[in-house]
Amino acid sequence: MIRTRLTSQRLAFLFLLGCFFFNYPVLSIFNKGGSIFGFPPLYAWLMVSWLTLIGLLALVVERKHD
Amino acid sequence: MLQGWVVVLASFLYLGVLFAIAWYADRRADLGRSLIANPAVYALSLGVYCTTWTFYGSVGRAAASGIGFLPIYLGPTLLFALAGFILFKMIRVAKVNRITSIADFVASRYGKSQLLGGLVTVIAVVGVIPYIALQLKAVSNSFSILSSYPEIIMPAAAGAVPILQDSALYVAMILAAFTILFGTRHLDATERHEGMVAAIAVESLVKLGAFLAVGVFVVWGLHDGVADIFARAAAMPDVARRLASADTPAAYGTWGTLIFLSMFASLLLPRQFQIAVVENVDESHLRRAVWMFPLYLFLINIFVLPVALAGLLHFKAGGVDADTFVLTLPMAHQQEALALFVFIGGLSAATGMVIVETIALSTMVCNDLVMPLLLRMPWLGLAAKADLSGLLLEIRRWAIAIILGLGYLYFRVAGEAYALVSIGLISFAAVAQFAPVVIGGLFWKGGTRDGALAGLAAGFVLWAYTLLLPSFAKSGWLPDGFIAHGLFGVELLRPQHLFGLTGLDEITHCLVWSLLANLGFYIGISIQRVPNVREARQATLFVGGNEAAGHSGWSASAGVADLLPLASRFLGRERAEEAFLRHARQRGLNSVKELPADTRLVNFAENLLTGAIGSASARAMVASVVSEEPLGIDEVMNILDEASQVRAYSRELEQKSRELTRATAELRDANERLRELDRMKDDFISTVTHELRTPLTSIRAFSEMLHEDPKTDLEQRTKFLGIIVSETVRLSRLINQILDLAKLESGRAEWTVTAIDVDEVIHEAADSLTVLFAEKRVTLDLAGLQTGLTVMADRDRLMQVMVNLLSNALKFVPTDSGRVRVGADGTANEVRVSVSDNGPGIAAADQELIFDKFRQGSGGTDVLTDKPQGTGLGLPISRQIIEYFNGRLWVESSPGAGARFLFTLPRQAGDNGKNS
Repeated sequence: MIRTRLTSQRLAFLFLLGCFFFNYPVLSIFNKGGSIFGFPPLYAWLMVSWLTLIGLLALVVERKHD
Repeated sequence: MLQGWVVVLASFLYLGVLFAIAWYADRRADLGRSLIANPAVYALSLGVYCTTWTFYGSVGRAAASGIGFLPIYLGPTLLFALAGFILFKMIRVAKVNRITSIADFVASRYGKSQLLGGLVTVIAVVGVIPYIALQLKAVSNSFSILSSYPEIIMPAAAGAVPILQDSALYVAMILAAFTILFGTRHLDATERHEGMVAAIAVESLVKLGAFLAVGVFVVWGLHDGVADIFARAAAMPDVARRLASADTPAAYGTWGTLIFLSMFASLLLPRQFQIAVVENVDESHLRRAVWMFPLYLFLINIFVLPVALAGLLHFKAGGVDADTFVLTLPMAHQQEALALFVFIGGLSAATGMVIVETIALSTMVCNDLVMPLLLRMPWLGLAAKADLSGLLLEIRRWAIAIILGLGYLYFRVAGEAYALVSIGLISFAAVAQFAPVVIGGLFWKGGTRDGALAGLAAGFVLWAYTLLLPSFAKSGWLPDGFIAHGLFGVELLRPQHLFGLTGLDEITHCLVWSLLANLGFYIGISIQRVPNVREARQATLFVGGNEAAGHSGWSASAGVADLLPLASRFLGRERAEEAFLRHARQRGLNSVKELPADTRLVNFAENLLTGAIGSASARAMVASVVSEEPLGIDEVMNILDEASQVRAYSRELEQKSRELTRATAELRDANERLRELDRMKDDFISTVTHELRTPLTSIRAFSEMLHEDPKTDLEQRTKFLGIIVSETVRLSRLINQILDLAKLESGRAEWTVTAIDVDEVIHEAADSLTVLFAEKRVTLDLAGLQTGLTVMADRDRLMQVMVNLLSNALKFVPTDSGRVRVGADGTANEVRVSVSDNGPGIAAADQELIFDKFRQGSGGTDVLTDKPQGTGLGLPISRQIIEYFNGRLWVESSPGAGARFLFTLPRQAGDNGKNS
C-alpha cells in the first residue's frame, strides 16, 4: 500500500494535524459553555474535526493519480 | 418474555451462527477462495478493538466525565495515519519472518531470544487479564440485568455471590469452550485463522448495529434529536457539567495521555497485533483500513454522549450503574427486542475480544513460554517424540482455559472497585510497555537483547507496583496501607505518588514512571555493547524491512531426512509433507526426496516451524538436527558484507595485475639486455672500424708518398714499402681474427679433433716466435714442460692459443730483461698449461676485462707510438677455443709481479667439443 513516499508523508502530515486538532490548546478554545447549533462546542469540534480527518485520510489513500 | 432461558437460548443461537460462519470461511479458505481477502473485512475485523468497554463502558465514562471517553478512539485514528511508517513495516517484517505474535516479534527482533519471548508473554498475560475480567463483568452483569426484566435491578457485588451461582463463572466457561472450538481445532503453520477473522468481522457489524439502534431509539424515539438532549442536559446543572471538560492542565494532560496510550494499545494489544499483523492477508488491505477503521470508531461513538446524557436525565434517582445505560434505557421503555439485540451486541463485543485475545495469548504461552521450557527438560524426551502437534494443541487449550480462569479470578477479586474503562486502562498501560522495544526495534538497529529485557522488566515492575497492586488493594484484597503510606512506610514509595510525584491521575502517573524506566533501561543497557552477530542480523531484517531475508545464519545444512521428521512432529505428518512438497515444487523439483541438503532447505524448515512453535523454539529445534558450526569470522564477514563476491573478484584482479607487472618487468629486463647487446654491437663495430682504419691510414699515407714523389731514394722507398707490408700483414691478421671470432661465436667454425701431444704443440709455437723473442732479447724458458701429455683437441686451434699467449707475454715484458716461462703438467683428468711473464702485471679489476674483445691491459699500448700492440682479439678468441673443448682460461696476476695465464683441457675426447 502506501505505495509512494509521498502518500506516507501526506499521512504523516495528517497525523500531526490530528495531534493538533485533538489536544491542548485547540481544545481549550472550544471547552466552554454555550452551544453551536444546539451542540456543546467541544463535542461539536471533536466530532467535526475527527470526521474531517477521516475524510482527509480517505482522500489521501484513495487518490488514484500520483 | 425475557426470561433467563430465552436470553441463554438467543446467546447460544448467536454463537452457533458465528461458529457456522467461521466454519464456512475456513472451508472457503481451504478451497483457495478466501472470504476475508477483502479490505472491508480487514477493516471490520480491526473493530475487535471495540469491546464491551466501548459498548457499555464508554457510556458509563461519558456519564461520569462527559467527553472523556473519546481519546481512546482518537488515538487509533492517529496511529492509522502513521500506518505507512509503522503498521505497514510491521506487517512486512512479520510476513518475511513468519512472526505469529507480539512475543514472537520482540523475541525475533532481538536475536530470537527465548528469554525475551517468555518475558513478553508474561507481561502480556498479566497485563491483559484485567481486560478479560472486564468482558466477563460486562457480560455477566448485562445478563443478570436482562434476566430480571421487567425490573431493573443492579447485580450484586461480584464477591458476594457464591461461586456456583455466579453467572460470570459460566460466562467464562462458555467463552473458554467456544474459544477452544474456534482457535485450536487444528494447527496451522502460519497461525492464521480465516474463520475466526470472518466471525470477528460479522461481530463488528452486529455490535455496531446494536449500538446504533440504541442510539437512534434514544435520540429519536425518546427525544427530538440530539440537540433536544443537549438542551435538556444544559437545563440541569449537575448534568450540564458533562457538556464540557474540566479546563485544567491536569485534565488536558490526562486527555493527551489517553490518546497516546490508546495509540499504542491499538497496535500492541495481543489481539490487535493478531488481527492487524498476523491475520493480514494482503498488505494492500491496510490502505483502506487507514480510513475505514477510524470511520468505524467514529460511528460506534457517535451516540455515546447523547445516550449517556439521556441515561442521566432518565435515571435521575440514581441506583442505575451508568455502565448499563445502553441496556437499561431500552428496558425501561419496554423495548424487549431492542434490549435483547443490545445484549447480543454486548456479547459480540465480549466474545470477539476474548476469542482473539486468548487465542493470541495461548499461542504466545505455548510457543514462547511452555514449549521452550519443555524442550529444555531432556528427561521428558520431547525432542525425540514422533508427533508433537497434539501436544501443542493441548497446551494451547489449557492456556485458553487458564487465562479465562485468571480473568475470572481478577473479576472476583478486583472487579467491583472499578468502572469498566478504568479496568481496561490498566491493561492498556501494561501493553504500552512493549512500545519502546517494538517501535525502537523497527527503527533503531542498536537495540540489544539485554536492553530489551531490562527495559521490559523495569517497565513491567513499575506498572505492577503503581497500577496493578493498587487495584488489588482498593478492592480490599491486599492491605491498603501501602497505598496511603508507601511500601514499608516509606512515603516516597507510595505507589500512586511515587517519589513524591503528585497532581497526575493514576494512569498518567504510571505511564510517566514505567515508560521512563522502560526507555531508560532499554536504551541505556543497549548502548553498553554493540549488537552481536545474531542481533545485528535481525536488526537489519527489521529496520531495513528487507523482503530479501538474506542469510539466516545457518552455516551448516541438513537434509530432508532430518528436517521432515522434525517438522512432522510439530505440524503432523500430512501437513509437513505437504509443505515440503510445495517447497520442492517452488524450486522446480518433482519430489521431496530431490531437495538438496542446503541452507535454503534449513531456512525453509525453520520458517515452517516458526509458525507452529515460535521463532526461538524453532531455532532451538532446528539446531538440534543441524550440526551447526559456530559462525566463523569469515562467515560473519560474509553476512555483514554483501560485497564478498566482489571482493573475491577484486582479489583475482589484483593477482592478475601482479602477474602483469611481473611480466612487464621481465620484458623490460629483456629489452634492457637487448639494448645492451645492441650497444655492444655498435661498440664492436666502431672499434673494429677504428682498428681497421689505423693500418689502412698508414698504408694509404706511405703509398701516396711513393706515388707522388717518384724521386724518393731507394733507402727511403724500401723503408716505406716495409711499413706498408707490415701494416698490410697486420690488417689481414686483424680481418682474419675478426672473421675467426665471428665464426667461433656463431658456432660455424670447423674443428678437426685428434690426439695431440701438448709438449710438441708448445715447442712448435715457441719455434715460430723464436725470431720475435730474439729481436726483443727476451728469454723463453721451456724447462717446466712435462712430456707425453696428450689431449683430444684441434691442433691448429691449440697452436693458435699458444701463439696468442706467447706473443701476448712477449708484448708486455721489458726488452732485454724480459723473461717468459712456459709450464705444462697433467692430472688423471686434465692437462694444465701456464705462461708466466715478468711484465707489469694486471690489476685485479682488469683480469676479466682483458678477455673482452678489443680490451687490452693498461700496458697494452706502446708508450712511444700510443699504438695498441695487438688486435685485442687474441685473448677472447683463445678463451672461445679453450671453452669449446670444455677447458678454462684465466689469469693470475698482481700489479708489478708479472702475469701468469693458465688454461686447462680435459684429456677425455668424449668430454670436449660438440656440446658447446
